[in-house]
Amino acid sequence: MTTVENNQDLIKEVLEAYPEKAAKKRQKHLDVYEENNSDCGVKSNKKSVPGVMTTRGCAYAGAKGVVWGPVKDMVHISHGPVGCGYYSWSGRRNYYVGTTGIDSFGTMQFTSDFQERDIVFGGDKKLAKLLDELEVLFPLSQGTTIESECPVGLIGDDIEAVARAKAKETGKPVVPVRCEGFRGVSQSLGHHIANDTVRDWVLPKADEYRKTPEGYEPGPYDVNIIGDYNIGGDAWPSRMLLEAMGLRVISQFSGDGSFNEVVMAPLAKLNLIHCYRSMNYLCRHMEETYGIGWMEFNFFGPTQIAKSLRSIAAKFDETIQANAERVIAEYQSNMDAIIAQYRPRLEGKTVMMMVGGLRPRHVIPAFQDLGMDVIGTGYEFGHGDDYKRTTEYIKEGTIIYDDVSGHEFEEFAKKLNPDLIAAGIKEKYVFQKMALPFRQMHSWDYSGPYHGYHGFAVFARDMDLAINNPTWSLIENPWQK
Amino acid sequence: MRQIAFYGKGGIGKSTTSQNTIAALSETERVMIVGCDPKADSTRLMLHCKAQTTILSLAAERGSVEDVELEEVLVPGYNNVRCVESGGPEPGVGCAGRGIITAINFLEEEGAYEDLDLVSYDVLGDVVCGGFAMPIREGKAQEIYIVTSGEMMAMYAANNIARGILKYAQSGGVRLGGLICNSRKVDKEVELIEALAEKLGTKMIHFVPRDNVVQRAELRRMTVIEYEPEHPQANEYRALADKIKNNKDLVIPTPITMDELEDLLVEFGFMDSDEEYQKVIEADKATTSV
Repeated sequence: MTTVENNQDLIKEVLEAYPEKAAKKRQKHLDVYEENNSDCGVKSNKKSVPGVMTTRGCAYAGAKGVVWGPVKDMVHISHGPVGCGYYSWSGRRNYYVGTTGIDSFGTMQFTSDFQERDIVFGGDKKLAKLLDELEVLFPLSQGTTIESECPVGLIGDDIEAVARAKAKETGKPVVPVRCEGFRGVSQSLGHHIANDTVRDWVLPKADEYRKTPEGYEPGPYDVNIIGDYNIGGDAWPSRMLLEAMGLRVISQFSGDGSFNEVVMAPLAKLNLIHCYRSMNYLCRHMEETYGIGWMEFNFFGPTQIAKSLRSIAAKFDETIQANAERVIAEYQSNMDAIIAQYRPRLEGKTVMMMVGGLRPRHVIPAFQDLGMDVIGTGYEFGHGDDYKRTTEYIKEGTIIYDDVSGHEFEEFAKKLNPDLIAAGIKEKYVFQKMALPFRQMHSWDYSGPYHGYHGFAVFARDMDLAINNPTWSLIENPWQK
Repeated sequence: MRQIAFYGKGGIGKSTTSQNTIAALSETERVMIVGCDPKADSTRLMLHCKAQTTILSLAAERGSVEDVELEEVLVPGYNNVRCVESGGPEPGVGCAGRGIITAINFLEEEGAYEDLDLVSYDVLGDVVCGGFAMPIREGKAQEIYIVTSGEMMAMYAANNIARGILKYAQSGGVRLGGLICNSRKVDKEVELIEALAEKLGTKMIHFVPRDNVVQRAELRRMTVIEYEPEHPQANEYRALADKIKNNKDLVIPTPITMDELEDLLVEFGFMDSDEEYQKVIEADKATTSV
């Protein structure tokens, strides 16, 4: 039997545990990739099946945690009861440069802490008061976003009216984000909602809000880094490479970005988008409105970095193209050394991945540079276009799982027995208890950065640490006893 | 302890009817009225005031409902009837339904339900959301009386309320006690409400005639029972009170469809049949085109 047939049988076997209706639904989200198919053959962006363990988050998580949260010099209010804010506090490791509590607020948590009274009588007055207090306590904040939690939507508070009034009073942006968690099927809608608030509440006033740096003249090499959230410092080595090839990064939106960078964005010549899923909406809007082109890039692993640098350079003149070659050549020996060190230790090791926005496809080349083989991958909240984009990264027989459930993931892992599982915190200990090496691919397991050439050095070391840790040889797989 | 609730379309005379009935019941029973309407007008005839301090307004002022003492909001009124109003937000803001839940939970936790024979909930308009169904959920009001009249919209509302009761009759123990017709002097009102009651699987428990003494008493913020205890209208309320007290005929309602309700109205001449309707519309068109 071929791998494709084997894996198709495996899917059937795994689905057997479900009741008929659930099996029918889940079956559409699981498939095996066959060479030359234009997509992965799975349905996506659908409601999770009730009763299964899903790793998905909610619209609030997408809007606050992902898109708006990393804008460091704004205060992001979790508007509603305290839990949503508290339990998402600093969860994504979006690094930033700044003085926390003075001009940056990334690791602080702001909440309107709704009480029964606020539900019954509405929370708008409290919100207005809170915004006044924030202005007194943090005069250097460059604005506020209000991320509404579920109850705010249920009781119909008019946060837009409060935002409008306070923005007028302070002259700073106050952005109401209607990201109630019950909206949509995953955090994905929250990304979209947050993108739309940038479109509707910020960009129309960009000229008014913008403080152009002294001596700034628009240039032909101005670019934005979009959708790199600087997890573990990811955006920094990426920015270094772009600058080394002669481009000028005028905005990091939103990792380690400021509000001013958000409103600088429309001045750029090109949007370089890292996480397509969470920020493509804004790129499309800027293309339509300002004529700014956009392209995806992938800075995981030297092969893909070189490819991306060349395709970015191709959008510019020969100087930039020559610079790109120079940058690639400059890092070549360094990369060769890393590969020489780690590849022999990792060659032929197999990986199963399950992550969020872009990593289920973008990280594959970094594993391949180390001689590793990704045998299964899937997205928490991807859409059809993500799965289309995945096809260029995967090979025949790769098992594809969309919004994979706890049961499915565990069963696949038991049967395929990969050398590494790369997913999130919710899966980590389950698989480690199965004696399977594991790396978190959302938070880089508190390591990082993984982007760019600098990131690859860390990535290679971390994968080696995980897989070749002698501890694993002391534990038995419970199902192999 | 029995717990009953009065429901009905807004403006039907629900609060007036319930307070007069409670006043009559209080002649033999220890009663508490729980007003569940943000307008807080369910106890004014008992307390001779415009509106009493509500649980929620005090909670809002103090910061939380835990800071409110029972004595501050539970006030003895006419004939020692205990009066309390949930209160709620101003129109168009917040969540009145959640307010009712908060208020009732507060009363339970603070022991307001002790030493009583009867609790009466007065609930606004329609059962629009879960909060307004709070008084009929498990452990709360077990008998519902729907105040209605022979007017079309009041009957629509009555049928809707019956649907709410049906929902909680299945999950809890609530039953429909009957329809109270608060007369609007509509043609064939008794027959119409009796026909509706039959369709809903219940009966018209009492027909309260219209009498100006009710308005005269209201002007003085009193029930008729208090204002003119010997008036025949007072005896009507006493009769109703007696029927409620002795009511054993508690049913799971059988609400009807919109079509059935409209058929009923056609039958009683409130609405015309579709054919008649078409004829009238055609006739109107003919006149306007000339």
